[in-house]
Amino acid sequence: MTKLEYLKESPSQTAGPYVHIGCTPNFVGNTGIYKEDLGVRMVNAKTKGQRITVKGRVFDGTGAPMKDAMLEIWQADGEGLFNSPSETRGKADPYFTGWGRQPVDMETAEFCFETVKPGAVPFPDGRSQAPHINFWIVARGINIGLNTRMYFPEEEEANAADPVLGRIEHRMRVPTLIAKQSGDKYTFDIHIQGDNETVFFDI
Amino acid sequence: MSKPTTNAGPFFPRDRNWHPKAMSPGYKTSVLRSPQKALLSFGNTISETTGPVFGHNIIGELDHDLIQNYAKPGESAQGERIIVHGHVLDEEARAVPNALVEVWQANAGGRYRHKKDGYLAPLDPNFGGCGRVITDENGYYAFRTIRPGPYPWPNGVNDWRPSHIHFSLFGSGFAQRLITQMYFEGDPHIPLCPIVRTINDPAAIEMLVAKLDMNHTVPMDARAYRFDIVLRGRRSTMFENRMEGN
Ligand SMILES: [Fe+2]
Repeated sequence: MTKLEYLKESPSQTAGPYVHIGCTPNFVGNTGIYKEDLGVRMVNAKTKGQRITVKGRVFDGTGAPMKDAMLEIWQADGEGLFNSPSETRGKADPYFTGWGRQPVDMETAEFCFETVKPGAVPFPDGRSQAPHINFWIVARGINIGLNTRMYFPEEEEANAADPVLGRIEHRMRVPTLIAKQSGDKYTFDIHIQGDNETVFFDI
Repeated sequence: MSKPTTNAGPFFPRDRNWHPKAMSPGYKTSVLRSPQKALLSFGNTISETTGPVFGHNIIGELDHDLIQNYAKPGESAQGERIIVHGHVLDEEARAVPNALVEVWQANAGGRYRHKKDGYLAPLDPNFGGCGRVITDENGYYAFRTIRPGPYPWPNGVNDWRPSHIHFSLFGSGFAQRLITQMYFEGDPHIPLCPIVRTINDPAAIEMLVAKLDMNHTVPMDARAYRFDIVLRGRRSTMFENRMEGN
């Protein structure tokens, strides 16, 4: 008799207010343990592609900016390839990590990633996904990390054909995933709750 | 435990009833920090199934030893000396090798080395409270540390956190990312804690309770606690939908 035996995933718990101690110790002045906080640099002088800055804040249900959040991003390189062993379509730029981790500033509540604009990547059925950056957000009061994506406002055509954006039933919510652009600087504000609540994913 | 998975396909769906709900009123801060609208569900794409790799070369000699990694030469952190060890597995009980495991915790008195922690218990000059390891080919990891103290926090008028160690896990894909906390077998604070109680199923809470492991205790030195962690499993890509001809 065949039995289905699976383990359950370990349940999530909040990262709490002191996530920096473990994930970005240098940021809170706990220096001398790790040389550098992981994920703090995604690009170097040799990285190919268009350099961009992505800034933003994370707001709670009253509209107050959260000062203890930590964000991680994951994205393709300028050519649309991931710097990952499970990338089988080609070799990504070795000078671009694709992964970033930044706490928000404890005074201004702002996060900032220096990265490159990602290329388009395929959807499983072969269609193309518009250029996007995957976000993961944790903080005190967030019981399980929140997943979302940032898209680029100048990619109007690609965004209109994007299979993930296309799944959003309430079209008025689509703009919550589209950054604001000013040259090479993008602003992506995340609203955890409220009228302007960002679309979060169960992925 | 069986051989490491070589699957690179989509992750098994998350059981959102097993995890804590975003809005858990007993944990007051979650009330205004929880999405109220339904999450958008879609199958994993390559943006979710892939993830970065952390080379063993990023790990320093003392990164796994919280007793020593912030201590002055010849000194060590104060408190009950313990080893925390276990396996990182996926939902098919396969080892997850090369997983990045990062931990942080309060000192033996329940105080964090963080500018926002104002608890009156003193800092330990020899304790930083952070550590990290990368799992080996069997998914195994081990830290040496001190047992953190319980501490009070502003939620109810008299809420105390059980002794706990925060764990951050990075497996093989971005959608596998997990942060959780480890508790200690027998701690009477566990069932009282509003953060523990964001989890509804007692069997799920039990997964977060490390067990005293006398077999790995170092006699006359440090006791051991065993804590296995389970990350999402993933399907093989063999039968995934593709456009005809691709
Ligand atoms: Fe804590």
